[in-house]
Amino acid sequence: MDLDFSSDEQAFRDEVRHFLASELPDAIRDRMYRGDHSHVRNDIQQWQKILHAKGWGAPAWPTAFGGTGWSKTQQYIFENECSLADAPAQLAFGIKMVAPVIMRFGTPEQQQRFLPRILAADDWWCQGYSEPGSGSDLASLKMKAERDGDEYVLNGQKVWNTLGQYADWIFCLVRTDATGKPQKGISFLLIDMKTPGITVRPTRLLDGTFEVNEIWFDNVRVPVADRIGEENQGWTYAKFLLGHERTNIAGIGASKRELQRLKQRAASQPKGDASMLQDPVFATRIAQVEMELRALEITNMRVIFAEARQQAPGPEASMLKIRGTEILQCISELQVDLLGADALVQGGDGGEAARSTSAYLNLRKLSIFGGSNEIQRNIIAHMILGL
Amino acid sequence: MDFSFTDEQQMLLDTSRRFITERYDFEFRKRVRDSHDGWSRETWGQLAELGLLALIIPEQDGGIGAGPVGAMLVSQAIGEGMLLEPFLSSAIVATKAIVDMGSAQQREQWLPPLAAGELIAVLAHDENSTRNDRLNVQTSAVADADGWILNGEKSAVYHATAADLLLVSARTGDKDLGLFVVPSNIAGVRLIPCVTVDEQRAATAVFEDVQIDAGAKLGGRADVALLAILDYGLAALCAEAFGAMEKILTATIEYSRARVQFGAPIGSFQALQHRMAEMLMHLEQARSMSYLATSHCTNSDARERCTALSAAKALMGQAARFIGQQAVQLHGGMGMTDELNVSHYFKRLLAFELRCGTTDQHLENYRKQLDVS
Repeated sequence: MDLDFSSDEQAFRDEVRHFLASELPDAIRDRMYRGDHSHVRNDIQQWQKILHAKGWGAPAWPTAFGGTGWSKTQQYIFENECSLADAPAQLAFGIKMVAPVIMRFGTPEQQQRFLPRILAADDWWCQGYSEPGSGSDLASLKMKAERDGDEYVLNGQKVWNTLGQYADWIFCLVRTDATGKPQKGISFLLIDMKTPGITVRPTRLLDGTFEVNEIWFDNVRVPVADRIGEENQGWTYAKFLLGHERTNIAGIGASKRELQRLKQRAASQPKGDASMLQDPVFATRIAQVEMELRALEITNMRVIFAEARQQAPGPEASMLKIRGTEILQCISELQVDLLGADALVQGGDGGEAARSTSAYLNLRKLSIFGGSNEIQRNIIAHMILGL
Repeated sequence: MDFSFTDEQQMLLDTSRRFITERYDFEFRKRVRDSHDGWSRETWGQLAELGLLALIIPEQDGGIGAGPVGAMLVSQAIGEGMLLEPFLSSAIVATKAIVDMGSAQQREQWLPPLAAGELIAVLAHDENSTRNDRLNVQTSAVADADGWILNGEKSAVYHATAADLLLVSARTGDKDLGLFVVPSNIAGVRLIPCVTVDEQRAATAVFEDVQIDAGAKLGGRADVALLAILDYGLAALCAEAFGAMEKILTATIEYSRARVQFGAPIGSFQALQHRMAEMLMHLEQARSMSYLATSHCTNSDARERCTALSAAKALMGQAARFIGQQAVQLHGGMGMTDELNVSHYFKRLLAFELRCGTTDQHLENYRKQLDVS
């Protein structure tokens, strides 16, 4: 048993750190630090192209498709270091979500057509899963895809499409059979966002940002050739997707970065003769979350270690998701509480107060998306506890 | 990064578990609990035969030399079986004290009988004053012509009544601490026996002008050494608690599958499922912290060591409380009875929370070392 990284892993971490220090553009780093998402499309694409040029564009892909072939531990180290350095997160919808599905279930033509463009950030992908009536109960989705010769005709609505306003392509779960069990009549389609009949409307969120969209499909014609795998087998592919690339779901790097900033701010915020970092009440709350983060870091590495041996991304990822999001949300609460009444002031020059408050508001999403934390508890109860 | 165990380590865990399954089941444990001594000499002899009492004794001293990881795995099994014998007190903590602080002659004198199960030693350190400051010892040792005169009182000394030797921490001057080997049967030593909340045997140890010879003092700087010994023991205690937590959760899950109400197993109800999912997350975080405690308990950087141990004890204390309370709650009235093992684990976990510094004390320790580096 050894909780420390091996010397090889440490050398790899140093290599990643060095790369981030020299190659991450200052303007992007600065915007990420300030929580400024006004250039999000550019920042993510530009960074992806830099990574791609280095050969690091797809940390989890096999080398045959242009990936790094890194171990799970290396992937974990890479993502944590990127978070710590304020690099933009890679766009998950392409690299982490649809790409593994295309690799596993797509035709060779689909693989050649889509994967290189995902890697090079030529195509921006988004996800069409949730619908107004289908959130946690995703299999109840209703968006219709009716067969008409070599095409499907799509009618319906998708919601919560993250960054879909920039998307070139969307992968959708659609209803191709409404007669049997809901899970048995779903197909997985790849759809060009320029297809006539698609309307995107950004949704204004509580922090004033436009991060998600509603998308309407009105007689949208999609080639059958752009379906993944078999008709009515889409649920299987969706489940495969959910089980993939959850190595970094706990967001350890992001939590460490934010906790470090919280402590720095607390140390520079006077209270009496000392600082808020010495305030027994406030510092105890920091201590509590830091201990939990320390434990989760080990738990995360344990899951990676087990995964690397059994090849099966287990339901343990649900634990990482719940605890990881709770910790990040807790840190964002503390950042607001530290500011006190200063956190009331919004807008203006986008100073620290506005950043912290916006983050607190925005991060409520963490326990909701990607399968709400309640759904994750269901998964733990069913899959791990066998209840 | 490596979370695997060597074959030897795995064998220690398997052997300990098999021993408990075959020789120390719940009914046997109840009989031991209700016996006059409250622990079993027969079991103690069997643990010695298995070599487990030589677990942490270095190989050059005739032991197994299994180190912190071995101590963790065996302690985990001890916690699973809720053993009532002085394993932690004698085979871990007191043995560690003699290994760390004993001269070659002292080690030769005491380690072999400790390993053979012929001698039991316990550390008598805690006092009311050490609760918030582990080195604030009031018991005094004053040098005289024949050695030392010992006066003071030690509280809740686990297994003191079973011990042949008490390792007593005492102040030898304004600042200096010493650790003294005191036979439990000599004049001036008075033990006031008690049963602890987790039904182990303990005593208040009172020392009134106890005359001990000069050779009874263990060498080295006792303050630095004591903290290292206490942290080593704390890591083993954490592992014990983890074993108990895992068992009480398993029992709860099984009960929720078997217990039918409203025509369905209560484990099919979402309110209870989510509670058990929460218990599992506490358990897994506790396991990680037990690993952290084990890997830091011999760290020579005392600050890093104490910080890691405090984080482990605090978070595991919280986990123990949540898991224990919810296990009783989910068992309903049955969780309140002496009949099921749940109430026994519950009390073992309560004792864990209270021993070696409470959850709050360790949270405070951790808070005080927060920095921005």
